[in-house]
Amino acid sequence: MKLKKIVAAIGMTFALTAQASDLPVIDAVLTAPPMVPAPITRDHAAKVVVKMETVEKVMEIADGVEYMFWTFGGSVPGQFLRIREGDEVEFHLSNHPSSKMPHNIDLHAVNGPGGGAAASFTAPGHTSVFNFKALHPGLYVYHCATAPVGMHIANGMYGLVLVEPKEGLPKVDKEYYVMQGDFYTQGAYGEQGFQPFDMDKAIKEDADYVLFNGAVGALTGDKSLTANVGETVRLFVGNGGPNLASSFHVIGEIFDKVTVEGGTLENHNVQTSLIPAGGALMAEFKVDVPGNFIMVDHSIFRAFNKGALGMINVDGPEDKVIYSGKVAENVYLPEGSAVQSIPNGRPKLVATSKDDQLLFGKRVYEANCQACHQADGKGIPGAFPPLAKSDFLNEDTTRAVDVVIHGLKGPIKVNGATYDSIMPAMSLSDEDTANVLTYVLNSWENNGKVITPKDVEQRRKDGKAIIMEGSAH
Amino acid sequence: MSAALLLGLAALHTAAPTLAATHLQVANQSVEQMVELPGGEVRPLYLTKDSPLTPVAAFLLDRLPVTNAEFADFVQQTPAWQASQAPALFVESQYLSHWLDNKPNAVQAKQPVTHVSWYAANAYCQAQGKRLPSVSEWEYAAQASENRPNGSKEAGYTQRILAWYAKPATAELANVGESPANYWQVQDLHGLVWEWTQDFNTALVTGESRGDSSLDQGLFCGSAASGSADPSDYAAFMRYGFRSSLKAAYTLRNLGFRCAQDIVATERQGDTL
Repeated sequence: MKLKKIVAAIGMTFALTAQASDLPVIDAVLTAPPMVPAPITRDHAAKVVVKMETVEKVMEIADGVEYMFWTFGGSVPGQFLRIREGDEVEFHLSNHPSSKMPHNIDLHAVNGPGGGAAASFTAPGHTSVFNFKALHPGLYVYHCATAPVGMHIANGMYGLVLVEPKEGLPKVDKEYYVMQGDFYTQGAYGEQGFQPFDMDKAIKEDADYVLFNGAVGALTGDKSLTANVGETVRLFVGNGGPNLASSFHVIGEIFDKVTVEGGTLENHNVQTSLIPAGGALMAEFKVDVPGNFIMVDHSIFRAFNKGALGMINVDGPEDKVIYSGKVAENVYLPEGSAVQSIPNGRPKLVATSKDDQLLFGKRVYEANCQACHQADGKGIPGAFPPLAKSDFLNEDTTRAVDVVIHGLKGPIKVNGATYDSIMPAMSLSDEDTANVLTYVLNSWENNGKVITPKDVEQRRKDGKAIIMEGSAH
Repeated sequence: MSAALLLGLAALHTAAPTLAATHLQVANQSVEQMVELPGGEVRPLYLTKDSPLTPVAAFLLDRLPVTNAEFADFVQQTPAWQASQAPALFVESQYLSHWLDNKPNAVQAKQPVTHVSWYAANAYCQAQGKRLPSVSEWEYAAQASENRPNGSKEAGYTQRILAWYAKPATAELANVGESPANYWQVQDLHGLVWEWTQDFNTALVTGESRGDSSLDQGLFCGSAASGSADPSDYAAFMRYGFRSSLKAAYTLRNLGFRCAQDIVATERQGDTL
């Protein structure tokens, strides 16, 4: 053994623990998001040894967009740590030799200066060790606190640590780990290629991406969270920031119970709960009916235009009493049904040329389609498929007519990406349907075909709703 | 354990490597490879724009970082600094660990040497009658852009530095001398590897950067409500933060060095080189 190594080894033996304790020693189980370690069954405190690594690595922040993330354990958010109130934690922070930056960790669960930041300050290729005792139960954020702190957090260096109360948490069927963060890139949202961090935007708090679990679509499609009808779900939700507070909401669910700010105070029957930057909460709810339940930051442009959208896919039998779906659709004539028509001297304009069709079709598109498929026809990754250069659309325009007038359910592949949601049947006239399809087919490098009102009329008779193989709905 | 401890302590008594005070003929490195920077001033990492600037006396600085080939020549002529010989007190176990068979391969030859400790870098410079640059000298040279002695306020200057931090650590470093020369004709100060400085451990940031402003030393707070909305400070902070995480025996994959020299000293050596 080389002298060098012996000296290093001696240094290490002195470094670990200030005081010997007679607690049983266990290794912490750390999980990558969205998973959470199993509930703690111990009825006593332990000495928990935690080994975490900081790694700087390039990952996709969105389809075709790469970003240099700085991570705890290789994921954004970092690994989930689960300990028990009263535990003594021996924390080893290792900084990977390939790192350019020193890193450290500030655990909000620590009582002590910097939350461990100074004690864990570590150059690349080194390991620091410090100890703390978990005095307070709750759900706490941890993050890197090396100068410049804002940049380390903006690059994804945050995660959650759960300190279970001594009596443990109530049993639930499913537990998941979701953490929001805002990201600042040189290019705009979705701009392809490698995107460096943009300091100016970060200082202006002008986020390009607001994300759950570090990427657009990290929790959608086949990465959706899952549950079965009748199960109880507990979400551990954190907000790393660096800048934005989150208005956390699950579309179509009411939280039975929320631990306010991750502390001891419980609120019940909550629709939307605030998570401050550097804060967290636990949200519990029972899923009563099947379907897709969409998690969003209800600052809603962040959800539909910056990526703050994830899904919980619930499987099981329907309960039409709790939720029926649409059961009727009738003509609505506020003047009473005696009114047959309103002659106003202005005949409804009918398209007489392709140019007319494009003009009228664009209006129909803006009024009915744009909310989901977007003004540029690119859709929302993981939620709403693109119409721009869409192979699915161009290969069968008859099917496209059916989709609009009869609807479509189930998984489809568009330009290589899978979408599993529902396109409802649209109540449009034959004219409007023909115009909007013609507009779409003649935009965004699509095939340029023309659909006539006659085509639509024919499909009303011959077509029907399209239910794809493997539809869960 | 106690035996190991004794062994470890024995290492402390190992004689420090003898440093040749005379000049070694090290390949490719001589004063011709250095440039002279006139005296000037550099803004320290203080909060206020009107805090006094730090004066920097005229000095000479290597145009390029020291390469693996150059360091290998030095190690060959100074066996005390070979990986197998250098004492643990002065170099970590990773010292020169990127060399197979104790010498760099053809690809590594022109790349900047890394995995070297402050002691080893210091010894290399001393062997040539030089020294490591001080933090102020390094920062002074590094604030030059391609066209200006102080280009730190130029658009793109900071962004280029920050872009390096965002660049994936590729398996292979670029060769030295491939980046554009700055105003002083010095290359690779940014965007290749970090570099050792003589007094790196006088850094202003502690491990708990956010508390620095409350320390009784007028330190600049590295992060919190310091009111610094100047991104160029951020790039500087990265360097100061990095320096403050180091210890002199550390040998890091992304950390190399270059040498500096006093003007006076070179005049004294005049025509010996």
